[in-house]
Amino acid sequence: MADLAAAPPRAQHGWSIGWGDAGPFLALAALVLIGFLINPDFLSANNIANVVTRSAFIAIIAIGATFVIASGGLDLSVGSMAAFITGVMILFMNWAAPSVGTAAIPLGMAVALVTSIACGLLNGTIVTIGRIEPFIATLGTMGIFRALITYMTNGGTIAIDRSLRDAYRPVYFGDVLGVPIPILVSLAVALVAAYVLYRTRYGRRCVAVGANEDVARYSGISVARVRTLAFVIQGACVAIAAVCYVPRLGAATPTTGLLWELQVITAVVIGGTALRGGRGRVWGTVAGAVILEFIANLMVLSDFVSEYLVAAVQGVIIIIAMLIQRMSKR
Amino acid sequence: MTAAHAALAPAGLPGPVLRAERLAKEFSGVRVLSDVSLDLRPGEIHAVIGENGAGKSTLMRLLSGYLKPSEGTLFMDGAPAEFHAQADAQAAGIALVHQEILLAEALTVSENIFIGREIARFGRLDERAMREAAAAQLAEIGCKVSPNDLVRDISLANRQLVQIAKALLGTQRVVIFDEPTAVLTHDEVDPLLDIIVELKRRGVAILYISHRLDEVERLADRVTVLRDGRMVGTYDAHGLTPRRMASLMVGREFASLYPARQDPARLGQDESTPALEIEGAHVPGFVTDVSLTLRKGEILGLAGMIGAGRTELFEGLLGLRPSSFRAVRLHGKPVGFHSPAQAAKLGVGYLTEDRKGKGLLLEEKLAPNLTLAALDRVHPIAGLDLAGEADLLDRAVASYDIRLRSRDAKAGQLSGGNQQKLLLAKVMLNEPSVLIIDEPTRGIDIANKSQIYAFIQSLVREGRSCIVISSEMQELIGLCDRILVMRAGRINGELAGDAMTESNVALCATSSATNEKIPGRNIDG
Repeated sequence: MADLAAAPPRAQHGWSIGWGDAGPFLALAALVLIGFLINPDFLSANNIANVVTRSAFIAIIAIGATFVIASGGLDLSVGSMAAFITGVMILFMNWAAPSVGTAAIPLGMAVALVTSIACGLLNGTIVTIGRIEPFIATLGTMGIFRALITYMTNGGTIAIDRSLRDAYRPVYFGDVLGVPIPILVSLAVALVAAYVLYRTRYGRRCVAVGANEDVARYSGISVARVRTLAFVIQGACVAIAAVCYVPRLGAATPTTGLLWELQVITAVVIGGTALRGGRGRVWGTVAGAVILEFIANLMVLSDFVSEYLVAAVQGVIIIIAMLIQRMSKR
Repeated sequence: MTAAHAALAPAGLPGPVLRAERLAKEFSGVRVLSDVSLDLRPGEIHAVIGENGAGKSTLMRLLSGYLKPSEGTLFMDGAPAEFHAQADAQAAGIALVHQEILLAEALTVSENIFIGREIARFGRLDERAMREAAAAQLAEIGCKVSPNDLVRDISLANRQLVQIAKALLGTQRVVIFDEPTAVLTHDEVDPLLDIIVELKRRGVAILYISHRLDEVERLADRVTVLRDGRMVGTYDAHGLTPRRMASLMVGREFASLYPARQDPARLGQDESTPALEIEGAHVPGFVTDVSLTLRKGEILGLAGMIGAGRTELFEGLLGLRPSSFRAVRLHGKPVGFHSPAQAAKLGVGYLTEDRKGKGLLLEEKLAPNLTLAALDRVHPIAGLDLAGEADLLDRAVASYDIRLRSRDAKAGQLSGGNQQKLLLAKVMLNEPSVLIIDEPTRGIDIANKSQIYAFIQSLVREGRSCIVISSEMQELIGLCDRILVMRAGRINGELAGDAMTESNVALCATSSATNEKIPGRNIDG
């Protein structure tokens, strides 16, 4: 047993990215190139900033979904949760505005955060304590949240109070040194998320639970706690996205956030996170969200495909992404 | 006992039904098997032994048509034969009984047996014909399950028999058994071996691959030994002892598989402070009123059949299953565990029997696997200390002699023995004072086994105490200071010293006799 002479070289640690992980970024680069060839306007700073800003909501929610999916869960309720949170937030701000003025905005943000964390906790506990498949549990809450926003708006819209509109506007339309605020917010969320997923005990446990629940359990990890927390993180991300989203629409409607869950899951899967859990890629998810928005933008800028088919193209992309994941497995 | 296999065929025996000549196999340029020649005669059991990675499974897959040889020829009844797919080999009468149970659990026994070759009349499945044929086949091998039973409802041993029935369907001239007893317990093995002997009596040529050298000694007529993808030789099994087989497999003499036992007198001195005391353990459905005491510095063996409640007792202790205990004392202090994490904190480590399913993340790299149960050790203030983690891995690789091609390898890429060492290192990272090891050497080769025994021995020499759960009686007898035998959820006997023999362990594990009736009983506590 003495021939351990040549110890293999130690692996590089740090932020190094393997070829497998580079996929979404290469795809993004290719897409930018194609976009430029089709329509040089595509690469204008204005258009790029616009597109990336628009992708920010999906990116932020998808970062939360990266945790849920990496831990072996799935959250279908994100779109209707975003609509519900938006409605709750606007109702609260409109109610508070007459008495506290523009201070209603930060209060409303806090309410949005608390509510969505409660929503995430609800999803999480149904899945972990109720032992219901995440697909079914969040299919249920998806219906619940969607019905609640329809009920709250009475089928119409809840618009944000005029007195708050101007004060709130910069959260979406403002910029710092030329970089739109939603982009900065999503970058900040991604940075924090990457740290949590790759550099903390929670991140390790999250991935371990997704990779093999039994191994995690036998290693002394509380699977229920880790899973529930992933849904809570998802809730918090939905709140952050909703907070950025409110000024853009200025109102909550029953169709707010419709089909966002499709885009979110697509972004996560394109980004290299394993849909059956056990691997999470935060920056890949961000790239995935940007890719989706680029494609939608290209479809608008070019005349090849009707923009009404955007969701169809996104549906095709998620299937292709899954096929690629499957093939790279073997 | 000569290596010249040509001299071994006594006059009058029929010629070989299947013969392999100078087989070689390369995978993308890497030679995993070279120059292997052997033959199988009707009515003969030909065993193939070798360490993990010696090429046994490659050889078996070549012979059964799952792989095509890079070089060399197969002869069926003296004529060259080429199998393009497994179905060709099957048509030629070669059946393979897989090591793992490959049955669809949600289907019935009969559906499983006929899967892929269903009997149909005018396009409509003839369920009755299949059921009857399945029943006949099952009866032939003495398997008592009904063709209508769902596979998920029958025992592991019966599933193995169903798998054999499936392989034997149709006329078989050659049957290849790939470690058929690996998943079975001691008393499930005998009926299976009887079936194999019966097949031999009927003139079937049998290729038998096993890690269990005692089985090989018992069954085989000839033994072919592989080492590092090459043939060491084919030997007449008569007079070939397991120890000699082991030396041929590893290429050097084995003084003993087990480390020197510690002095029993030294153990006795610490009796005042037992490491772990369990009183009145109940695990619903598995364990009834079990009490046991682990002395400090002791290796305590836990024998019994699968289902006797050994694993469940400790899963219950660690809070992995619903359970109740009248009292648990760790180094004299009353404790109760609600999770493995809390047990680890108090100094109790548990190595699962299922290293692939419950022990390691096979798709994950080595370092995250190593530290998964002890993340506090690499979490000084805020983030994970990846450099410190790499150091821990270096140390584990050195102290447990984990062989790996690269530090970046995934746990699933390690051999079984090295996975087991990594798992041991993972549990030891919490520095438990009491270590519970469930099946320490299941499915790993002799060299790694002997290393793991030495690790366990050195852990108790450091003052730790160890419980070893095992279905391999020889392992318990060779390693442990004392053996408790469980049967049907209770402790049915305690053996120590000279009373630790296979027949005593087997007797305690199977008969309702208590240890009062065991000869040479030797208990001092």
